[in-house]
Amino acid sequence: MTASNHRQRQIRNALTQAIACACAVLVIMPLVLVFYHLVRLGFTSMNLAFFTQLPRAVGETGGGMGNAIVGTFILLAEAVVIGVPIGVLGGVFLSEYGSQSVNWWIRFGADILNGVPSIVWGLVVYVLVVVPMHGFSALAGGIVLGLIMIPLVMRTTEEVLRLVPGGYREAALALGISKWRTILQIVVRTALKGIVTGVLLALARVAGETAPLLFTAFGNRYWAHKLTEPIAALPLQIFNYAVSPYDDWHRQAWAGALVLLLLVLFINMSVRFLTRERWRAKA
Amino acid sequence: MEGQSMNAVQVLSPAVTHQQIMEQKPTNAALAIRNLSVFFGANEVLKRVSIDIASNAVTAIIGPSGCGKSTFLRALNRMHELNPEARMSGEIRLFGDDIYARTVEPVIVRRRVGMVFQKSNPFPTMTISENVTVGLRLNGVRDRRVLAERTEQSLRMAALWDEVKDRLHAPAISLSGGQQQRLCIARALAVQPEVLLMDEPASALDPLATSKIEDLILELKKKYTIVIVTHNMQQAARASDFTAFFYLGELVEFGATTKIFTSPSQKRTEDYVTGRFG
Repeated sequence: MTASNHRQRQIRNALTQAIACACAVLVIMPLVLVFYHLVRLGFTSMNLAFFTQLPRAVGETGGGMGNAIVGTFILLAEAVVIGVPIGVLGGVFLSEYGSQSVNWWIRFGADILNGVPSIVWGLVVYVLVVVPMHGFSALAGGIVLGLIMIPLVMRTTEEVLRLVPGGYREAALALGISKWRTILQIVVRTALKGIVTGVLLALARVAGETAPLLFTAFGNRYWAHKLTEPIAALPLQIFNYAVSPYDDWHRQAWAGALVLLLLVLFINMSVRFLTRERWRAKA
Repeated sequence: MEGQSMNAVQVLSPAVTHQQIMEQKPTNAALAIRNLSVFFGANEVLKRVSIDIASNAVTAIIGPSGCGKSTFLRALNRMHELNPEARMSGEIRLFGDDIYARTVEPVIVRRRVGMVFQKSNPFPTMTISENVTVGLRLNGVRDRRVLAERTEQSLRMAALWDEVKDRLHAPAISLSGGQQQRLCIARALAVQPEVLLMDEPASALDPLATSKIEDLILELKKKYTIVIVTHNMQQAARASDFTAFFYLGELVEFGATTKIFTSPSQKRTEDYVTGRFG
């Protein structure tokens, strides 16, 4: 081994490290930039009115996105009601019941659904819900977000249930506990934090969906009082304000984007917290 | 062999033919097993085994790995059915009741025939007392007084009460390995089974914890019928009244433990218990 060879290797090593380091910075960069711009442009517009008031008429400054913030929470609640039971029970089926060949097809289907562009989901719900109901509605918006959640929740539920050691199932069955009780009260309970984590991640994913809401929830400049009425949502409001010609609306769009990002961030922080505490015994 | 000379148990030596077994109607056998075969797919892992398991006694199942002893044990409470490939033929009667009868649910069999596993597996999301009562609670027992009574009673029987009585609401996984295994025994006892199956219950434990489990087994046989699978010859010799030696899915020899370990009638048994193979 010659000295020059050694030197060459040192250079190559340093080069690789530098490139990897640069890529890591590039990965973090967009997050930093997004945060920086949102805070710079949105933070000043975040005041009490922004959270509590309705949008003002064109030309008037002030007002807020209270209805859109509430609307987003309503839509997410609907999505949870629709997506979580079906997704979780589907995951239970994949992990605890179904035969291998059937499961392969279900998994294959779920993975394809996970890749379906969200605007396609919107079109499907438009045809299946909006057209028969003769109008855009909060219900249709919740349904579309719920449908997007189902395959996500199903796959993560299956994964975490598979992580539950078989010994717990055997122990419960050997006590004469029936299979469905074993699954719901032993297996699911053991994996509960993992399931909740999966649900939260799916929720964070759909919280920012805009395209499918365009022709389902539609948006609303007023408070929605019924699920059969169109409803406002943060992403929709941001979209509408951002493409408008008014400076004050642009300002509010930034603020709305900041609120949406903080919401998603909060959900992700909850996930971090849950997974950190995972399996640790309560004293 | 018959009549007054019999003590509390029926001992079948391999010299007894199948015909004779079928003619004898043991009254004190907890489990009467006739021609039990178990298949996994096309693989016959247990071949026409017939044994009477004496009640209020400890029966040890010994044999080299893969000889079918765990499968035999699991067939006694229909746990082998968890493997979708498994099929069985033959007959098993639990105090006279055919446990494979068409109308019998596995759930009912398992309440009467409890099981303790090699790896202790208390439920990690539950406290010590919740673990003990889980079999009762998930079968519909709500009465707190009953649950509290049964908790103490089961933990006492499992020789764990004194160690955990001040922290019944601590998580079960905070216990040591040996304590966890005794908790699993308490959990199995709480549903008041008639027979307790133990699949190498001490093989993952240190010698001190092992000897506690063995003492416990000797104590438990006063109330229960115990079948224990073990790899440990000394354990079988110390803790059991009867021993069955399995080899390649067949029952080679079955008899009083003292006889199996001192004067076995089969060459293969002798080779195994003296450590020449297996």
